[in-house]
Amino acid sequence: MTRLLLRRGVGLALTLLAASLVVFVVLGVLPGDPASLMLGTAARADTLAALRHQLGLDQPAPLRYLLWLGGFLRGDLGLSFTYHVPVAGLIGARAAVTVPLAVLAIALSTLVAIPLGTLAASRRGRAADTVLMAASQLGMAAPNFWLGFLLILLFSMQLGWLPGGGFPGWNHGAWAALKALLLPAVALALPQAAILARVTRAAVLETLDQDYVRTALAKGLSETAALWRHALPNALVAVVTVLGLQFGYLLAGTVIIENTFALPGLGRLLFQAVTQRDLPVVQDLVVLLAGSVVVVNFAVDVLYVWLDPRLAGGERR
Amino acid sequence: MNRILALALAGALAASTAEAKDTLSLGMVLEPPHLDPTAGAAAAIREVTYANLYEGLVRIDAEGKVRPALAASWSVSPDGLTYTFRLHRNVTFQDGSPFDCSTVAFSYGRALTPDSVNAQKGLFEPIRSVTCPDPHTAVVELKRPTASFLFGMGWGDAVMVSPRSIAADKTHPIGTGPFRFVRWVRGDHIVLERWPGYWGKKPALKEITFRFITDPNAAATAMLSGALDAFPNFPAPEVLARLRADAKLRVVVGTTEGKTVLALNEAKKPFDDIRVRRALAMAIDRKGLIEAAMSGYGVPIGSHYVPTDPGYVDLTGVYPYDPARARALLAEAGVRPGTQIAITLPPPAYARRGGEVIAAYLAQVGITAKLVPVEWAQWLDTVFAHGDYDATVISHTEPRDLDIYARRHYYFHYHSAAYRALWEQYQRTTDPKQADVLLGELQRKLAHDEPNVFLFALPKLGVWNAKLHGLWHNSPIPANDVTGVSWGK
Repeated sequence: MTRLLLRRGVGLALTLLAASLVVFVVLGVLPGDPASLMLGTAARADTLAALRHQLGLDQPAPLRYLLWLGGFLRGDLGLSFTYHVPVAGLIGARAAVTVPLAVLAIALSTLVAIPLGTLAASRRGRAADTVLMAASQLGMAAPNFWLGFLLILLFSMQLGWLPGGGFPGWNHGAWAALKALLLPAVALALPQAAILARVTRAAVLETLDQDYVRTALAKGLSETAALWRHALPNALVAVVTVLGLQFGYLLAGTVIIENTFALPGLGRLLFQAVTQRDLPVVQDLVVLLAGSVVVVNFAVDVLYVWLDPRLAGGERR
Repeated sequence: MNRILALALAGALAASTAEAKDTLSLGMVLEPPHLDPTAGAAAAIREVTYANLYEGLVRIDAEGKVRPALAASWSVSPDGLTYTFRLHRNVTFQDGSPFDCSTVAFSYGRALTPDSVNAQKGLFEPIRSVTCPDPHTAVVELKRPTASFLFGMGWGDAVMVSPRSIAADKTHPIGTGPFRFVRWVRGDHIVLERWPGYWGKKPALKEITFRFITDPNAAATAMLSGALDAFPNFPAPEVLARLRADAKLRVVVGTTEGKTVLALNEAKKPFDDIRVRRALAMAIDRKGLIEAAMSGYGVPIGSHYVPTDPGYVDLTGVYPYDPARARALLAEAGVRPGTQIAITLPPPAYARRGGEVIAAYLAQVGITAKLVPVEWAQWLDTVFAHGDYDATVISHTEPRDLDIYARRHYYFHYHSAAYRALWEQYQRTTDPKQADVLLGELQRKLAHDEPNVFLFALPKLGVWNAKLHGLWHNSPIPANDVTGVSWGK
């Protein structure tokens, strides 16, 4: 376990370093000057030079990279070019929207997908299975922003049950905030749930053929009990793997969904920072997001051990 | 559930007390990067702060006229070099710091320092000095007569700022206006409230919330559901019909200063040939373009000037839609059918959609247009800064910017000594009648040379609650001036 932690820690550090270098270089190569974006078409050469100096853009690129990296390591994320406020505060405020949204989406997709996938497996080849798998095909094909619009049309415009966009802020009460996050979370969760349900079904089907399930049935367990107590827990390793992989897609999905629902989250911040060439925000956010994906993958590894104690000895696979 | 209850309550209250509402929730597409209009070009900064939070010596009103603001009156010397402003007394900033002539000297002087980041430093460039004979008189001396000087001092870039608060104005703006800053939830909204210490007429509204909604469908939803009271610059003309159908809402189509053009790179062949530029102008049906790309909203223009500005001359008939004549001109200039040009398109819908329609028109005269969509940062870098393009669809939104054709280095590379001389003559003019005549000459010269294909004036599509009064119908400068806005029956 300690070795696993250590190995993962080194991996995390290297991944972050690589991510920081890649994002810095890509932003440097990308056409677009933050100063001219901020000052527009009437700006004079001397004004642009003054602003570039203010922003520190007149320094050589390697020095800028090291200064940023040094600050990042000390926990100083720097000032946003566009907003002129500390990046840490910006990211913190936006994370208060995106993290609950992502958690809600994952919870929803898991709660829907695992029981339905298991159900489909137990009814293999029968009507329930066919219907569920057809539905999941649809769910996988539907882009999340399109689902978002459908949800807004139905639940916000037609029925008026839930807000169709915007975020009141947590200070307006948890209920109001959760209501604002519900539709976007559903839009994010449905395509994920569709994939997860298929994976669950396949994994459960595989375990159903195993000897221990036959043994369980032979010793007199009902089919349902054998399914839920023996087949499903053993199928979960595959499910958790996909769940971990989905986390990265979920983060990418929030960029789109947060725009559809006008939510002030990390995804929209990143999107906006890229178009406005707010270099400190893009750099910090990309590294943090890359870090979070690595951390989630690590958590998945730990979960493996918990789900399958045989893996603790390091003999994975 | 809460909302239904709140709506029911609001309805009951509105019914019983007839009129009590004094707050306004106003939608904008883009969030301002910060709130200091003297240090950034973003229109969104002005759309929150202009006239509401900051004031200048003079201001621009809804009709684009120069009006007194912090200066009660002014006089101009006959040679056009000395402007004497009489300042209002008892004016303070929202943090209590005083406003007097020294503030004027500070604000104008700051825009001119070597490390100034004022996006319109050029407006201040003619200023030689600001002197204060007494605290309530500001005398501005110019280096040379400048006809556009006073109008420029009405822009958001020329508002008065206090030396005490300027360092923090970007995040905690302090001005002399009737509304003061309350809070900013980044990515979502900004709140301003009525400031009791205002020197002038108190506004009717107590609180304004500026909400930022980028997605046009989300904007429409917010208007239809009543979550927003107004969206003065609605982003999507194709959605307007849906909003028109709602009796609670009023749709007002006005004009902006946005001169939408197909800008041509005259440093490149074949655009250096005036016959080619004229042919392109005659190949495009402006009315059809407006219909297809803007859902019919927008007014054709024939020069770099919009109909609402002083001295406007209608030149839309100079190059009428005539594909046959366009083909003949192209043949005369040696441009063979099948010639390919690239049209660079920035993100706004007018450009992306307009570009497609223009490409279809150009195909009819034998020119194959390759469309190159880019984001703003890229457009500014490749097209604007480096002039690396063939043609681009772009709306020039700066008010009355005929001067850009007189510049020696500008991205369309138009060089005309005659135009430059005309422009200098206009700037030296102090007589308003003569100035109008010269403005007409400038427009005619541009229409004649057709450095760019002049397409249409960008419309201002406003949507607001039918009970709201006092919002601007046109957009002579970027602003959401709510100082005169009130709720009626």
